[in-house]
Amino acid sequence: MSGGLGNLIKTLQIDTRLLGMIGAFIVISLVFHVATGGTFLTPRNLFTLTLQTASVAVMATGMVFVIVTRNIDLSIGSMLGIIGMLMGVIQVQILPDIVGFGSPSIWMITVLAGLLLGAAIGGFQGWLIGYLAIPSFIVTLGGLLIWRGGAWWVSKGTTISPLDPTFVKLGGASGTIGVTASWALAIVGSILTIIFLINTRRKHISHGFAVKPLWAEYALGGILVAAICGITAIMNAYLVPTRILERRFAAEGLEMPEGYTEAYGFPISVLIVLFVTIAMTIVAKKTRFGRYVFAMGGNPDAAELSGINTRMLTVKVFALMGALTAIAAVIASARLGSAGSSLGELDELRVIAAAVIGGTALAGGVGTIYGAILGALIMQALVSGMGMVGVDSPLQNMIVGGVLILAVWIDIIYRRRTGDA
Amino acid sequence: MSTPLLEMRNISIHFGGIKAVDDVSIDVMPGEVVGLLGHNGAGKSTLIKILSGAYKKDAGEIFVDGKKVEINSPIDAREHNIETIYQTLALSDNLDAASNLFLGREITTKFGLVDDTAMEAESRKIMARLNPNFQRFSEPVRSLSGGQRQSVAIARAVYFNARILIMDEPTAALGVHETAMVADLIKELKAQGLGIFLISHDTREMMDLCDRVSVMKNGQLIGTERVEDVTEDDILSMIIMGKNPKKAA
Repeated sequence: MSGGLGNLIKTLQIDTRLLGMIGAFIVISLVFHVATGGTFLTPRNLFTLTLQTASVAVMATGMVFVIVTRNIDLSIGSMLGIIGMLMGVIQVQILPDIVGFGSPSIWMITVLAGLLLGAAIGGFQGWLIGYLAIPSFIVTLGGLLIWRGGAWWVSKGTTISPLDPTFVKLGGASGTIGVTASWALAIVGSILTIIFLINTRRKHISHGFAVKPLWAEYALGGILVAAICGITAIMNAYLVPTRILERRFAAEGLEMPEGYTEAYGFPISVLIVLFVTIAMTIVAKKTRFGRYVFAMGGNPDAAELSGINTRMLTVKVFALMGALTAIAAVIASARLGSAGSSLGELDELRVIAAAVIGGTALAGGVGTIYGAILGALIMQALVSGMGMVGVDSPLQNMIVGGVLILAVWIDIIYRRRTGDA
Repeated sequence: MSTPLLEMRNISIHFGGIKAVDDVSIDVMPGEVVGLLGHNGAGKSTLIKILSGAYKKDAGEIFVDGKKVEINSPIDAREHNIETIYQTLALSDNLDAASNLFLGREITTKFGLVDDTAMEAESRKIMARLNPNFQRFSEPVRSLSGGQRQSVAIARAVYFNARILIMDEPTAALGVHETAMVADLIKELKAQGLGIFLISHDTREMMDLCDRVSVMKNGQLIGTERVEDVTEDDILSMIIMGKNPKKAA
C-alpha cells in the first residue's frame, strides 16, 4: 500500500487483513442491497443476520485454536446436534418433574449440563488425539458419525419442542434487551475501550517504548467508539412490529397508547457472541494457555522443549471447542425453539470456512478471533443475501464453495506480499 | 579435585533395539567448556537431550554439585539451572522474540495474565548485552536472520541464570562475524563460572574454545582428553577410528 492512506493505516497500527475483511463485508452488503432493491442494509435484515451468524461465530472462535494447533474438528456439527438434543430432553422431559414446570432453574441447569457435556465430549476426543496420537481428522470424522447417530438415537428422529421459555430467550429471536439497556451497554463498552487504550499507552511509555502519535490514539478511539455506537444504533432502530405490540398489550388487557413504538435492541445471543469474542481474544493474547496454543502451532517440538505439555494442551483445546459448541447448541436450539436431530448439520464446514476466511492458516500457528467472527459474518451475509435475491440452494452452495477457495487464495497472496509466511 | 558442577554417570538409552547411548560418563567443572565430538549418530545430541529433559535415560545417574538429581522433563532441567540451545534453535517461528525468550516462563501481571510489555522490556535489556544491533522485537522470529534467531535462542538460555549451558551446534548456521560473536560469548560465560557443554563438528573451533573434549562413536564414549594434551589429528583419529591413540600407545 502506498501514499497517504497506507501511512495512515500504518500509524494507526490497524491490521490490513481486518480492513480487507471489513471491506469485503461492505462490498457484499452493498451488492445485495442494490440487488434486493434496498432491503439488505436495513436494521431488520442486519438484526436477522447477526442472529443467524451467532452460533457459527461462537464455534469459529474455538476452531481458531484447534486449527492453530495444527488440528481440525469435523465433529462439531454433530456434537451440536447431540448436545442440543440432550439439553432438549433435560429441560422438557426430566427437569420439569424434578424442579417443577416453569422453574427458573431449568434453563440454568440445562445450560450447565450442556457445557459440561460439550467439554467432556471435546476433552475425550482431545485425549484420543493428544495421548493416543490418533490424527484429529480421523477422531473427529468418527465423531461426526458417532454424535450425529447418537442424536438420532436419543430422539428416534423426533423433534423436541417447545423448549423452556426462558431458555428460548437465549436464542435471541424472542430475547432482546431493549433500547435503554443496549445504549447503557454501548456506553460501558465505549468507556472500557477508552480506558484500555489509555492504559496500553501509559504502560508503553513507562517502559520507554515508542508510542503512536496522540492524534492517532484519538482517531483509533473515535473509530472504535463510533463502531460500538453505530452497531447499537442499528439494533435499536429495528422496531417491534405494531401488531406484535398490540397483541402483547391485549394479552395484558390494556389498550396500546397511540403512536407507541418499541425497538428490539441487542439480542441475547449476539451479546453471548460478544462476550465469547472478548473472552477468547483475552485467552488467545493474554493467557499462558493461549500463548502455548500459538507456540505449539508454530513449532510443536519447541513448545515441548520449553516444558509445555502439548498432549494436555491438545485435550484442553478440544474441551474448549466442545464447551463453545455447547454454547452454540444453546443458541441454535433456542433460536428455533426446538431441538431436532438434524440440528447443526454441516455446521463443521461453515465453522471451518469462517475460521479460514478469517485468516486462520491450516498449517497452524496463525489465526485471530476477530478474523473468525468476521469470516462467519461474511459467509452468512453471502448465504442470506443470495437467499433474498432468490438464488436457489444448490447454486448457493456452489458459490460459497468458490468464495472459500478464492478467499484462501487471496490470503496466500497477502501473506506472500507481507512476508507473513 | 573438586566436585564437578555436573556429572552424568554411566548413562544409557536405547530406542527399540538400538543403543543410542551406551554407558557414557561425562562431567563439567565450573568455568569449564567441555566439547562433545563425534560423527552424526554418534549419540552426542541424544546424550545432551537426556540432560535437558527431552529424553528419559534407561540407566545411569546425574549429579549437580555432587548431589544426585532426577531429570524427567525440560522443566526439571530448568529447575537445576540447566539451559539448552538446540541445534534447531527450538523457536516458535510465529511468535516474537520476547514470547520465545519467555516461552514456558512468562512474566504475568497480578491478574495472572501474560505481561507482554514487561517481557519485551526485559528482552530489550538482555539483547542490548548480547546483540546490541537487535531491534526487531515485535516481529515473528521467522522474519529474522539466522544470526538474529540465534541471539534469541542464546538470550533465552542465558537470561534465566543458567549454571550449566548446553550448546548444540551453536554456530552451524552462522556467518563469520556472528560465529566470532558466539565464541566471545562462550568465553564470557565461562569467565562467569558457567559450565558449558559444546557440541560441534568443527574440530579446530573445539580445540580453540574447549578445555576438554569427549569423543563419542556409535553411542560409546571413546575418551575424554584435555585439549592441550592432544593434537587435532589425535581427536580426528578418535572420531574416525573410535580409538584413543594415547591409551593405545
